[in-house]
Amino acid sequence: MSRGGMLGRKVLFSLLTIFVVLVINFVLFRVLPGDPVRAVIGRNVKLSAEAQQTLREQFGLDKPIFPDQFLDTLGQWARGNLGISWSLRRPVAEILAAKLWNTLLLIGLGQVLSIVLGILLGLLAGWKRKTPFDVFALTFSLIAWATPTFWLGIILLAAGSTWLGLPTGGLVSPENVGKPLYTVLPDLARHLVLPTLTLTILYLGEYMLIMRSSILEVLSEDYILTAKAKGMTPWQVLWKHALKNAMLPIVTLIALNLGFTVSGAIYIETVFSYDGLGKLFQTALVKQDYPLLQGAFLLLAVSVIAANLLADVLYVLLDPRVKPT
Amino acid sequence: MLETWFLFQRNLSAFWRAFRRNRMGMAGAVLLLSAVLVALFAPLLSPYEPTTVIRDPSGRGLTFAPPSVHGPLGTDDAGRDVWTQLVYGARISLLVGFLAGLIAMFIGSLLGILAGYFGGWLDMLLMRVTDVLLVIPDLPLMLVLVATLRQMELKISPLVVLILVIGLLYWTSTARLVRSQVLSIKERQFVARARAIGAGHVHIIRKHIVPQILPLIVANTVLILSTAILVESGLAFLGLGDPTQPSWGTMLNFAFDRNAISNGAWWFYLPPGLAIVWVSLGCVLLGNVLEEMLNPRLTAHHLEGEASVRPAGEETLHE
Amino acid sequence: MSEPPLLRVRHLTTEFLLADAGQRARAVEDVSFDVYPGQTVGLVGESGCGKTTVLMSILRLLPANAEIRGQVFFRGIDLLTLTERQMRERRWKDISIVFQGAMNALNPVMRVGEQIREAITLHGLMPPNEAEVRVGELLELVGIPKERGAQYPFQYSGGMRQRAMIAMALACSPGLLFADEPTTALDVMVQAQILELLQGIQRKLGLAIVLVTHDLGVVAEMCDTVVVMYSGKVVEYGPVDVIFNAPQHPYTQNLLQAFPDLARPGTVLACIPGAPPRLTDLPPGCRFAPRCPARMQWCDAEVPILREVQPAHFAACHLVKDV
Repeated sequence: MSRGGMLGRKVLFSLLTIFVVLVINFVLFRVLPGDPVRAVIGRNVKLSAEAQQTLREQFGLDKPIFPDQFLDTLGQWARGNLGISWSLRRPVAEILAAKLWNTLLLIGLGQVLSIVLGILLGLLAGWKRKTPFDVFALTFSLIAWATPTFWLGIILLAAGSTWLGLPTGGLVSPENVGKPLYTVLPDLARHLVLPTLTLTILYLGEYMLIMRSSILEVLSEDYILTAKAKGMTPWQVLWKHALKNAMLPIVTLIALNLGFTVSGAIYIETVFSYDGLGKLFQTALVKQDYPLLQGAFLLLAVSVIAANLLADVLYVLLDPRVKPT
Repeated sequence: MLETWFLFQRNLSAFWRAFRRNRMGMAGAVLLLSAVLVALFAPLLSPYEPTTVIRDPSGRGLTFAPPSVHGPLGTDDAGRDVWTQLVYGARISLLVGFLAGLIAMFIGSLLGILAGYFGGWLDMLLMRVTDVLLVIPDLPLMLVLVATLRQMELKISPLVVLILVIGLLYWTSTARLVRSQVLSIKERQFVARARAIGAGHVHIIRKHIVPQILPLIVANTVLILSTAILVESGLAFLGLGDPTQPSWGTMLNFAFDRNAISNGAWWFYLPPGLAIVWVSLGCVLLGNVLEEMLNPRLTAHHLEGEASVRPAGEETLHE
Repeated sequence: MSEPPLLRVRHLTTEFLLADAGQRARAVEDVSFDVYPGQTVGLVGESGCGKTTVLMSILRLLPANAEIRGQVFFRGIDLLTLTERQMRERRWKDISIVFQGAMNALNPVMRVGEQIREAITLHGLMPPNEAEVRVGELLELVGIPKERGAQYPFQYSGGMRQRAMIAMALACSPGLLFADEPTTALDVMVQAQILELLQGIQRKLGLAIVLVTHDLGVVAEMCDTVVVMYSGKVVEYGPVDVIFNAPQHPYTQNLLQAFPDLARPGTVLACIPGAPPRLTDLPPGCRFAPRCPARMQWCDAEVPILREVQPAHFAACHLVKDV
């Protein structure tokens, strides 16, 4: 299959998925029972009947749900208008934008660390299959898999704050709140240690398992035997022949794992009171702030889908078997 | 019918003999089984009710009391016994996990069989749907769903909501596994023969396909079970559990919200988490071993060390 | 044959330790044969009889659960006494191997030319720029335009992939080439071309070849000497015309009967009733006895040894008398 055709299909699929997300969001937000005006302005605000009617017309709620309201809502979302948060009384888009970078920082750190370590350790575990190292790596992965993210966070929080004196939450210390982050880097780093460690430990197991099974598959391929018969050392075989072949499926799997990453962010930001999208999501949930919840869901889902598309594109570019057009 | 039963029994005893030698699988079974026993016999394992407040002689509630004669795992912020809550919590956690896992297994198997057996547009549709579900981040989706269901103010228990949401979202891996198995079975001789003699679809599916994939479905369900229990604990930790029927996740939600960490009450936040790890690790071990036994993958690879050589002295042949 | 043999295999025995309960499977037992320079030796037998394991044992490419015993002299040096490192330096330089046509023996994400060049530079035979020229020459030698070295294996047809594999095997000018079922899974026309290519190269370069096959047509066409294996052991060994005209072992006789037309290469062995014994559960006497049409009482009790029927022709059967 040609590169163009493959990429076209991936883009199409991503658009389809985004459409599904939009429909889910719309259906949950507008179609289910409950007064949509309330949904827009919040349930505890008192409004006269006239004002409600004005709002109704203003938001087009007197029009049929499909297609008018649906298309109208899509138009609003496309313009970045995600409604007003009930609890914070500010536009949802603005609130999300403010938190996005903090979450990207945390997730990015955790992902990079766990991917690099996971690939390296998974490679070793697969190569040295059934050795004590492999057994240890497997056990670690299984336990990491079986451990609830938030609970590991709680334990590290308790241990780190008691024994290492690390901060228990937040992005920076109270006295540094509001300052630009790059001016308080050491403080920021201290706050990032525990959440990043939690994320890394959890994802590490996952990536290690994926890499291990990928490398095991590659190492039983015939071209590995050819490479060995050529007189290469095991390291040369691993480096020159196994690694690239094993990495290709990993790219896709890492992308598929991004949904898992987002879950991790929600739990960890909650435990560490980390000021990001995950914490925001949890707050919106507790305060029953539906517009905020829906907006955050839209942003998270679309980001994950976009990241998946990016990984697919990367795969297509890396694999020579997909013909360039 | 009787004949199939005997065959099944014989296979089962052969399987059991092989399984018994697998230490990981046995460990998993023991972990899971012990948790189930604790849940079943919870009232026998504790003198208190989960809501009983333990009081000191002066009648004040013992809040955040460390482990002592009153309670082996101490008390929580309201003076209730943690051990009692833990054993009763096993009931909720396991029940939600099992029911959600069963729903996921049922939907996944049904759709997998239909897609694999009939193929065509049904198969296409199923594959697209699983692709889409795979990419949408599951936790945010579930949180939004649960929140919306709550907003609708239906008169159903939060636990039922959790069971439905988890069960309706985690069937995709089962569906894919079952589908690929059905595809390979469909190509085999006896199915073609059954079709040639005019057997109906329902007959073929029931008599030839389901018995073949059932063991693998069971193994897969055990794995789904661990996911369901973990997800339940997470949702409960975020406050979506039923506070009147606390699961292990709900306990952790209470512990976190009521400052067990800053109070140093490790006996409140460690045990429920360990219990979750206990059960989900049990499921993962058991499920992986069962799947590996039923569907063995590769055994050795090309870089697995060097063959040992034992050179001989000079000898000659043929003389 | 006054010249010393290039490869002299003596009492080669290979066992695999199985995972459960320390069981051992003896895949190759007491195999001995000689390969002289420029000669082609055919290793024949049903699949699973240990042919490929013999090649892998000689190259010491088996995993850690294998144990290799005996002697393998290449140009007088016993390969089984070398360290792993010394062995590594000799692989491909002394003996190279062409795998089954069906196998995915070329790395899918590496250019074909690069894979050939790697074999040359790995052994430090020439600087990279000279190696580049050599890659072109090798490709042309096997009939592939040298520009196609810049392509990936998936852009090649099955036959071309096998040609590229042969070019790669010749990269370090080895004295001996192992060809493990080189034409399996290729269509008949391409099979003939590959065999022709091997013969041409052998004449041109004076290469010795050990050819593993279950196709007696290929043996008749290509080989000077035949080693017939059954269940890990050599049952008959001798010059090709003698084996084909006067086979001594009932197994060889069966093979030849089951093979109707020597003029038609590509015909696969027709079946001999029964199946070879499992390696973990070998019969006490002759391994072929359970399937042997000429089976006698003591065949089940006593293992027949390899006897010289006539000069340079050996068979392991109780029916056979020494010369």
